[in-house]
Amino acid sequence: MPSLFQQIQAGRIWDFHGGIHPPSRKTQTSQKPIDSYSLPARLYIPQRQHIGVAGRVLVKVGDHVLKGQALTAADNAMAVPVHAPTSGTIVDICLHPSAHPSALPEPVFVLEPDGLEQWRPRHALDMLHADKAQILQRIQQAGIAGMGGAGFPSHIKAGAAAAVDYLIINAVECEPYITADDVLMQHHSDTIVQGIEILSQLLQPKAVLIGIEDDKPAAIKAMQQAVAGKNHWFVRALPVKYPSGGEKQLIQRLTNKEVPSGRRPIDIGIVVQNVGTAFAIAQAVLEDIPLISRVVTVVGQSLSRPQNMYALLGTPVHELLSACGFEPQPSQRLIMGGPMMGFTLPDARIPVVKTTNCIIAPTHEELPVAGPELDCIRCGACTEACPVNLLPQQLLWYSKAKDHTQLQAHNLQDCIECGACAYVCPSEIPLVHYYRVAKADIRETQREALKAEQAKARFEARKERLEREKQERAERNKQLAAQRQQQLADQQKQQIAEAQARTQAATTELTHAEIVAERERKKAEARAYQAAKLAAEQDIIQSAEPTLSADDRAEQDPRKAAIAAALARAKAKKAQASGEAESTSVEAATVAAAPALGNTVEPQSSSSDDAKKAAVAAAIARAKAKKAQASGEAESTSVEAATVAAAPALGNTVEPHSSSSDDAKKAAVAAAIARAKAKKAQASGEAESTSVEAATVTAAPALGNTVEPQSSSSDDAKKAAVAAAIARAKAKKAQASGEAESTSVEAATVAAAPALGNTVEPQSCSSDDAKKAAVAAAIARAKAKKAQSASNSEAATDPTQADSEPPLADSDAVLPPVPQDEPQVVAQPEPVAANPSAEDAKKAAIAAAIARAKAKKAAQNPQEPS
Amino acid sequence: MSEFLLLLVSAILVNNFVLVKFLGLCPFMGTSKKLDTALGMGLATTFVMTLASLCSYVAEQWVLIPLDLQYLRTLTFILVIAVVVQFTEMVVHKTSPALYRVLGIFLPLITTNCAVLGVALLNINANHGLIESVAYGFGGALGFSLVLVLFAAMRERLATADVPKAFQGASIGLITAGLMSLAFMGFAGLVRG
Amino acid sequence: MITALWALGALALVFGAILGYAAIRFKVEADPLVDQIDDILPQTQCGQCGYPGCRPYAEAIAGGDIITKCPPGGEATIKKLADLMGVSLDSLDQTQNKQEKRVAYIREEDCIGCTKCIQACPVDAIVGASKQMHTILSNECTGCDLCVEPCPVNCIEMRPVQTTAERWKWDLQSIPVHVVEVK
Repeated sequence: MPSLFQQIQAGRIWDFHGGIHPPSRKTQTSQKPIDSYSLPARLYIPQRQHIGVAGRVLVKVGDHVLKGQALTAADNAMAVPVHAPTSGTIVDICLHPSAHPSALPEPVFVLEPDGLEQWRPRHALDMLHADKAQILQRIQQAGIAGMGGAGFPSHIKAGAAAAVDYLIINAVECEPYITADDVLMQHHSDTIVQGIEILSQLLQPKAVLIGIEDDKPAAIKAMQQAVAGKNHWFVRALPVKYPSGGEKQLIQRLTNKEVPSGRRPIDIGIVVQNVGTAFAIAQAVLEDIPLISRVVTVVGQSLSRPQNMYALLGTPVHELLSACGFEPQPSQRLIMGGPMMGFTLPDARIPVVKTTNCIIAPTHEELPVAGPELDCIRCGACTEACPVNLLPQQLLWYSKAKDHTQLQAHNLQDCIECGACAYVCPSEIPLVHYYRVAKADIRETQREALKAEQAKARFEARKERLEREKQERAERNKQLAAQRQQQLADQQKQQIAEAQARTQAATTELTHAEIVAERERKKAEARAYQAAKLAAEQDIIQSAEPTLSADDRAEQDPRKAAIAAALARAKAKKAQASGEAESTSVEAATVAAAPALGNTVEPQSSSSDDAKKAAVAAAIARAKAKKAQASGEAESTSVEAATVAAAPALGNTVEPHSSSSDDAKKAAVAAAIARAKAKKAQASGEAESTSVEAATVTAAPALGNTVEPQSSSSDDAKKAAVAAAIARAKAKKAQASGEAESTSVEAATVAAAPALGNTVEPQSCSSDDAKKAAVAAAIARAKAKKAQSASNSEAATDPTQADSEPPLADSDAVLPPVPQDEPQVVAQPEPVAANPSAEDAKKAAIAAAIARAKAKKAAQNPQEPS
Repeated sequence: MSEFLLLLVSAILVNNFVLVKFLGLCPFMGTSKKLDTALGMGLATTFVMTLASLCSYVAEQWVLIPLDLQYLRTLTFILVIAVVVQFTEMVVHKTSPALYRVLGIFLPLITTNCAVLGVALLNINANHGLIESVAYGFGGALGFSLVLVLFAAMRERLATADVPKAFQGASIGLITAGLMSLAFMGFAGLVRG
Repeated sequence: MITALWALGALALVFGAILGYAAIRFKVEADPLVDQIDDILPQTQCGQCGYPGCRPYAEAIAGGDIITKCPPGGEATIKKLADLMGVSLDSLDQTQNKQEKRVAYIREEDCIGCTKCIQACPVDAIVGASKQMHTILSNECTGCDLCVEPCPVNCIEMRPVQTTAERWKWDLQSIPVHVVEVK
């Protein structure tokens, strides 16, 4: 039994299952020489013409390029550069329909030839001294990809590290119409053989097999002459059968070996290269001509001069067609590739690429459009024709049913989409189309499954990370707690030790002198203490800067607050006297003072907290005031909405530990948020353009305000309160003048309420609250009187609430159910910050009741002060 | 020896439980949508039927006849079959959770498979001995599995075929089963008696 | 009569003993069903099914919940779940068709660096830190929409994934195809 190699040597050829014999129609072009055509006006060179990734773009619009100049650079192994087919200018780098069945746009270089055909400098590679890496690099740099139709980067195949038994050159060209390889072999057999030699040198195969179909006698003769004398090089003439040119089919025919499903030929020691690729390799290595043109068969009965052309890459198809005398028919079809495996072009602008071997412009009689798809009659002709030994009928049923499991079980992935099954189908079912859709679906599903896996992994990792952080935090807290415990224990121990020492000292006999000394010391301490206290008081009275310790502050604050209140009152009176404000401004001032009072009682908070909050509230209030004044219209609710929205938002973005530089950022943030909110409101058609301004106005003062690193809490609190009060006043004025709806008043107060509410710290102790509450109550009462005397429908300023929180006071002030108003709207905004002790709640209830009664009375007797 | 062969051939082909005696149609229709399910169901039913015919013969001979309680035969056989199925379910759950999940509800429904009760009662009618009973049960189960697998293969093809809307699903399945039954009737006369 | 009762009772006892022994001998510990269901679910962790993630929904399905609650999974997932759980497809009312796949995109000029979206993303597909620019890793984004809400400046939008030549699905409209419903 002779070995396989011996059999091959002897010239034996085998066969594969199935196959068809369509009419070859090659005589239109196979007898003619290869022609050229004049330079087109524009060349569209796609950046990616191969399987893999596009290279890095090297040129930009406006560059002048030389013929053969690289336009992209290959950054990795799967990238292959493209080159300028002729000298000219890059006029554009844009998207252009691709040479792909989808015609999806892809990036191309648009080159305008200058007609000079200036080459870039070329250096042949010295084959005697070049090593494998250099040759492979040259092949890659020359942009050579598989020219048989797949476009796989040739340097990867040619650089295979595994041992190669057979190098097979695919010169079969089994598809009808195409004669590009045929004429190439007829006219350039020597160059082709040089290319094959280079490949041989790289791969060191045991034998070289060149497969040609026997309907190309001239080509066979030329190749036989060219390889004459080369050891273990065999030219084999294969009986015509479509699709012998398929890689796996050719391997089976020439070596009787089958490539296992899902594997590549290199896995069984075989490398297959197209004869055109071999030609291109020879040109690249020996003459430094990169891949910038190829032979393309332009054929079809709507052409008067069909023939093979040396086509520059990037030539639009219509140029080739017109060079061959194109006479288009109505609804003319253009096919890129052969009639079996080619695809219809959507238009004639598509450029020639490295894998284009044929353009067909058929008449309707020549290649009739497929008839309607009929039902499968289960004849089994497709199964007989399949070269891969699949079951196309079953694949059709499962494709229709989208049964991916069965499709994969029936080896859909091995289908080479040759079209033999569709060719023989009596029902004219477009089988390959179904398979392509199914393959795309399966690929998509697999891709999604992979993504789901990854997403799950990320999700689990994230969960783990959060768990870990929680654990670490708990650990740290435990440690800190332990530390604190330790510290406390130490402190206690120390105190105990000191006490013990003291008692010991006490119990030991003190001399009279020591006792006296002790007494003096104690007296001195007490005196110092008193002095300090006095000094502190003086400080407070003179300036508003609290530089005392927290303990002292707590004592000083009520006094300070009272003083501040008095000042504010005075100021307000002055303002009134100068005719600036209405009577309400007095109340405003006093009201301002009240929250100020409340604000200063904050033993635990840092000053920057209040500064920020106060500033924000001030800004809001100011903006509201402006808005209410400026528009004074019924749409004020939207403004309030914006500002109210802004207020808590602004309040929210305040952080307790920021420095002044952060304030600016925060203000910007606040501004952005306010803007966004305003935009949202505007978009929903609620607000007018003024609300946007209002929001921005709000933001601006906020910006201005927050840059006050040293202001004390009481200052800003006062300011905020004042502003809030002013806003309220203005709103009332607007209402009083009959412009605004009643809701605007309540809303104004609502706005003020949260603003004020924000500035109140939840840590205030009850005694201060009581004081605060009392003051607030008094103020509110005054306000109520004034307001009622001014207008009838105003109930917003009712009163007597002795609540613990001023904001509560305010909102309850609005509560009183004056018939005209809608108290329910505003009954709600009770700051959550409140510490509702039992007595406070009771007080609130009492106050509410009183207010309601007063309001009723007021409604009945408008002129009578309550 | 040849009698057992004849018995087997008769049980599998000539007097096929599903297509000739029309027993066990519920699991026949229910588990034949996919080939894998059908195969698993066939195996499970084989196990159950063989064991059940053995146990029911033993119960008949050692409990019912000595105590003259033949009128309790149906009740006793159902009890036996239920126990055997429950046992089988536990074994399948342990050894092959995939099969357990694939069979789903049809595994405990083997209890109500009239072919199982049928084979037990038919053994009594035909006065089979112990070995014969077991052989008959095994043969019947083999026939059931054979037809089930054939039918499942056909139903998989039917699922993707151009069946008219009114016939899709169980309808075309039953029609196909009827045609299969006609085919199996051709075995009549293969075994004398 | 009595003998009948005794006989049946004895039989029942014997069988009960056998079954009891078998129950202990063939005891099955784990319930891998939840794992299987979880593998089928698309793992977007979006919460549209009402459960906080895919695993809780898988457990719910194993416990008897309906299988049509997962929009990102689409029909394919429902079919697989139906196969697994032995639920017939006819009895379910099909929810909306699979929407086009979208990924989130942050408009960087609006981003304020608040990290709220980073905390919301269940698969950590957002890169960024406090007060630094945030950006979405499009390849990791599952399109669950959970980041859009928390953004205070509304700078996140969902954009459809671009079709490339590799992902092109071979337009079916160009040929008349009958898709057969599998029953």
